[in-house]
Amino acid sequence: MRNPVLNIRNVTKHFGAVKALTNVSFSLSRGEIHALCGENGAGKSTLMNIIAGVLQPDEGEIVLEGKTVKIGSPAAAQSLGLGLVHQEIALCPDASVAENIFMATTSRQRSLLMNYRKLEREAQDVMNRLAPIDVRRKVGDLPISSQQLVEIAKALTLDCRVLIFDEPTAALTEAETRILFEIIRGLKANGISIIYISHRMAEIFDLCDRVTVLRDGHHVSTEPVADLKPDDVVRLMVGREITQLYPPKQPAGERSHEVVLSVRALGDDHRFDCVNIELMKGEILGIGGLIGSGRTEIAEGICGLRAITSGEILLHGKPQAIRNYADAVNAGLVYLSEDRKGSGVFLDLSIAQNISVLNLDALTGRLGLIDAGAEAKLASDFARKLNIRMGSVDAPVSSLSGGNQQKVAIAKQLAVQPKVIVMDEPTRGIDVGAKSEIHSLLRELASSGIGIIVISSELPELLGLCDRVIVIREGTVAGELDAEAMSEEAVIRLASGVNAQNSQNRLASEHAA
Amino acid sequence: MLAETMGTKAVRAPSWKRLGSMREAGLVAIILALCIAMSFASPHFLTLGNFRAMLMSFSVEGIVVVGMTILLIVGGIDLAVGSVVCFAMVLSGSLFLAGLDPWSASLIGILASALIGAVMGFFVTVVGLNHFITSLAGMVIVRGLCLIITKGTPLSLFTLPPAFKAVGQGSFHGLPYVIIIFVAVVVLFDFLLRRATALRKVFYTGSNEKAALYSGIRTNYVKFWVTVLCSTLAGFAGVIYMSRFGAATPTFGVGMELNIIAAAVIGGASLNGGSGTILGAILGIALLSVVTSSLVLLNVSVYWQDMIKGCILLGAVSIDHFLHKRKAS
Repeated sequence: MRNPVLNIRNVTKHFGAVKALTNVSFSLSRGEIHALCGENGAGKSTLMNIIAGVLQPDEGEIVLEGKTVKIGSPAAAQSLGLGLVHQEIALCPDASVAENIFMATTSRQRSLLMNYRKLEREAQDVMNRLAPIDVRRKVGDLPISSQQLVEIAKALTLDCRVLIFDEPTAALTEAETRILFEIIRGLKANGISIIYISHRMAEIFDLCDRVTVLRDGHHVSTEPVADLKPDDVVRLMVGREITQLYPPKQPAGERSHEVVLSVRALGDDHRFDCVNIELMKGEILGIGGLIGSGRTEIAEGICGLRAITSGEILLHGKPQAIRNYADAVNAGLVYLSEDRKGSGVFLDLSIAQNISVLNLDALTGRLGLIDAGAEAKLASDFARKLNIRMGSVDAPVSSLSGGNQQKVAIAKQLAVQPKVIVMDEPTRGIDVGAKSEIHSLLRELASSGIGIIVISSELPELLGLCDRVIVIREGTVAGELDAEAMSEEAVIRLASGVNAQNSQNRLASEHAA
Repeated sequence: MLAETMGTKAVRAPSWKRLGSMREAGLVAIILALCIAMSFASPHFLTLGNFRAMLMSFSVEGIVVVGMTILLIVGGIDLAVGSVVCFAMVLSGSLFLAGLDPWSASLIGILASALIGAVMGFFVTVVGLNHFITSLAGMVIVRGLCLIITKGTPLSLFTLPPAFKAVGQGSFHGLPYVIIIFVAVVVLFDFLLRRATALRKVFYTGSNEKAALYSGIRTNYVKFWVTVLCSTLAGFAGVIYMSRFGAATPTFGVGMELNIIAAAVIGGASLNGGSGTILGAILGIALLSVVTSSLVLLNVSVYWQDMIKGCILLGAVSIDHFLHKRKAS
């Protein structure tokens, strides 16, 4: 390889039992723009966080300009000339644009006082290269796309050899994107190496020199962009074997046409619009899409956790007036949050108290007192049914493993005998065994007539578990895949918007043939 | 331990909250050890009179501790309780002096305290301020009200009818009414906190407000009423103080809130919400009271007492933090 600036050698990283990166090697040449691709959870962010000093690798080494380096912290990464433009905006909303841009420099400087005039002048110079944003304004007052530009400007001021952009265009307009690309090309001309992470094939093929594809934490391929077509990259991103066993799907002959839940033209004027979903009796419906596509927001809208401004929700054909979550629960519609610890379970309360929370009314006697015996029995019954491994129902939920915590969260919802359960990432961060148990449980529930909607970022889970998959892109339904049409490629196409353009190409080529 | 986590049988542990009861047993042990040590150090400690005095001294504060503990469990805090105790006292006192019968005057004093709680609850739940700042403002404003009502001078209430004074000063077969009321309040709320559905929602809200919201609990409603409850109990305590002292001083209860919060925290309530027991909090205030009494009997200067109590609080909280961290890792 000509002149590698940065060499990642055989890096492995675990998070508990989950292996995020396995033996990944990656090399970056001087003055190249190197795209990094992979679906959600492929390990892109983990790899970038290792380079930026946020995470430490368990194994492997990082070689910078021929020298092995240890990147212990983000500050260490910056002093080595490795800069990262975060996907999530990491700015101080109460400080000015100028102060944010020079945050890293300021924390390094030795002088006691701030020279604001110099700071603002220099910040304005950098900012003007991107957009005419007044650097004296507070970052919190700027719209998201401007904040993203500030984040980029901040990285430009660092004296970097390597600059990483993690989906920088997610919040930008097309004009802003073009300006950004010009700047990135300028950086490249100055000998700076760029790692560019994106889901958008068009950008990768417009901007980048080489592309590396990761899949399930493994390095799959590194090729010059000129040798590839967008379809090839999509194929490299998927094409994995399903190693995990999933419960059998609904047999084609038993498919019901009885609609349990029907969502019509749902919108919230902000994150999603005109969403139509129908859930049939006995099926597990999957919802796919990239993170940030509006999947979670739609689920929250259906369950009364987010105000909706248009559309209607019907359960068994009857329109429901759902103003808040209590209404949804009463109607028989429950939501399992993707953020288990943040909003799913009460960690320091007991298992029994967690399972009973939605069902308090049924456990309450005439004097407003909880029937403790009935509560313990309810919890014991579900613990047995769901095979929750625990000491006793009085133990705090924090004493359980992630998988068992998730079972408690599911038990909590089953306790109210729901008609429909919407589950957001039901198996995130739990080990393979518990995962497979939860999958079997979901299948049993679906067979018993409860409507199940599963939102998942894991393609194997969507394809292995669900009878039908709906893909969300930019807040609306991009397409629906039934059992026959379901494939990782098809989901990725719909999710990243490659589909329309390619099917046209295919039509064109068919015509040509 | 391994066998326990591997087992799939769902059994109910003998005690309701094993960790909580462990802490309570620890507090009882510390209090007993202190009592035994003191009985050797001072001949006056282990007397019925001294114990009665100690119990009397924390009984009324204990009623306030009950409200504070429930508020801490929901994730709130009330710095205004000292002022509210005083407010109920001076308002009822001045209404009595204005000619109202003491029972009605007391009822109005308690209701006015509840109203103060409602105003603070409004600022917390509707306006969206936090409990700390709201009650800090409440503390100063209500103290100001006390000074306005009394024009800064203590009210002498020696004309209170004997039947009313008996509440604070009398006793039933040698057992002071104050202690009976205190025990009744503690037993009632301890029971309700364990068993009542309404108070269970306090735990859910304080443990994880977002999860509670996602479980259909109206958390703002819960927080509002707990804030009102805390002030109401403070007002109730204020009225009992009035009956006991036969006087109402506009500077009464300054700094009381810190003692109350310290007791609840020593007893296991977390400032992050979600945990705490009435029994623990009462043991907390008992411990502080035994310490105060010991320091007096040992002729330790008053100037040292606050410092020693502060150190006990710091020690208790540090031990708790350490144990929690060990449990988590």
